[in-house]
Amino acid sequence: MKDTSDENAPRKAWMSLLAKAPEGRIAALLHAAMDPPKFTWLRPPEIGSAMVRARAGGTGAPFNLGEVTVTRCALTLETGEIGHAYIQGRSKADAEAAALVDALMQGQSSETVRAAVLAPLEGEASAARATRAAKAAATKVDFFTMTRGED
Amino acid sequence: MYVAVKGGERAIENAHAWLAEERRGDTSVAELSIAQIKEQLKLAVDRVMAEGSLYDPDLAALAIKQSRGDLIEAIFLIRAYRTTLPRFGATEPVGTSTMACDRRISATFKDLPGGQILGPTFDYTHRLLDFKLAADGDVPEAPTREVTQHEVPHVTEFLNREGLIEEAPRDDTPPPDLTREPLEMPADRALRLQALTRSDEGFTLGLAYSTQRGYARNHAFVGELRIGAVAVEMDIPELGFAVEIGEITVTECETVNQFKGSKTEPPQFTRGYGLVFGQSERKAISMALVDRALRWEELGEDNVGAPAQDTEFVLYHADNIQATGFLEHIKLPHYVDFQSELELVRKLRREAGADQVPEAAE
Repeated sequence: MKDTSDENAPRKAWMSLLAKAPEGRIAALLHAAMDPPKFTWLRPPEIGSAMVRARAGGTGAPFNLGEVTVTRCALTLETGEIGHAYIQGRSKADAEAAALVDALMQGQSSETVRAAVLAPLEGEASAARATRAAKAAATKVDFFTMTRGED
Repeated sequence: MYVAVKGGERAIENAHAWLAEERRGDTSVAELSIAQIKEQLKLAVDRVMAEGSLYDPDLAALAIKQSRGDLIEAIFLIRAYRTTLPRFGATEPVGTSTMACDRRISATFKDLPGGQILGPTFDYTHRLLDFKLAADGDVPEAPTREVTQHEVPHVTEFLNREGLIEEAPRDDTPPPDLTREPLEMPADRALRLQALTRSDEGFTLGLAYSTQRGYARNHAFVGELRIGAVAVEMDIPELGFAVEIGEITVTECETVNQFKGSKTEPPQFTRGYGLVFGQSERKAISMALVDRALRWEELGEDNVGAPAQDTEFVLYHADNIQATGFLEHIKLPHYVDFQSELELVRKLRREAGADQVPEAAE
């Protein structure tokens, strides 16, 4: 993990949340809350890859594990805010929605967008995580010691 | 030698049309959807992503459908697609110690922080065909339990206070990339791990099994095996900071291996490492065993001449796309090569005084 100055921490958090949203979810939440704002492309959505790295032994020297598909884009709102998106997968619509939310979060309507988009996304993501973790916990072994015959 | 020969276009077109029809099969049977493959043949999807070296479950599912379930053909499709993608960069190394574990077991330590979590495993099933699956059936929701321990540290992190297990000290050397530079010997561990994680599961399993049977002294315990989701974080140059760009499921295996010491290393347990895309513990364990066998030189062990110790042999034959490409090319027309071989054999036979030279069909 890279150090991130406090100034960037909130943006880093929402971009990370947006990148992991289920397909179509960001646009659905955004459109339910407001008419999507007008924008111009700085970089239209582009599909590419990122080479995922890992460390030998989990902690040692890095090696290349394989690539992951990524879609990125950048746009400018009429009010001047610039939104970026780098998201896993090949959905240009999702990248657009993520960049729009990133831009909106830097403007006047950030509180509305936080409540309408980020909060539900965060809630859904943590609920999904918790469900999976609870199913995993149910498969945790509780060891007990058998009484040995000769005792 | 190849010469251009015209002809066969119609035969090829018709063959492809028939392939498409055979792929679809009986049209009175419902067609498979990509979503069905992705959800219900997940381990096949995972294998295609791991050996195709591209994490994208939708594409892997599509490749499986297109290849009629021939996974090596599907891997080939993914490898070919991968080459068309511009690369935006490399990610930060994934943090497997903060994995959201679906499964986490250790064969060496019974009571360990985080516990033994079995997850959705085939282990302990009876391996009897379940005819209920042949009929439609609703699956009851899996039981849940309150999560009491959120941190699941690596076994080697907390069990190494005595220094009995080899450390994997942090190092930030940029790794070589065999998708950018041809794989050349000698291959350092980073390159070997990259080759092994995308290597053929069957080949890797066979080699790993050979080390267990004695072809390379390599008595391995599974120190830890974990499967789960890790965040993928990448530095975004235009922003000047790193963000998570997604989340992937990986399988990680750490083996601890007996090691009686060498001229350069004290007696201690050494480690092998396996990490693969998706859920594939057979592949991850195999990778860890082969990784450990290939480390003989840096640990100052003897080369006992075992196949799994031979880096060149292992790495140059582990890639199923290279292997199948070379293997299957011999079925393509070699008419001229064979014609010249035929002439040569006829000539040799004449010189050897062999009587009748039968006319061969051409």
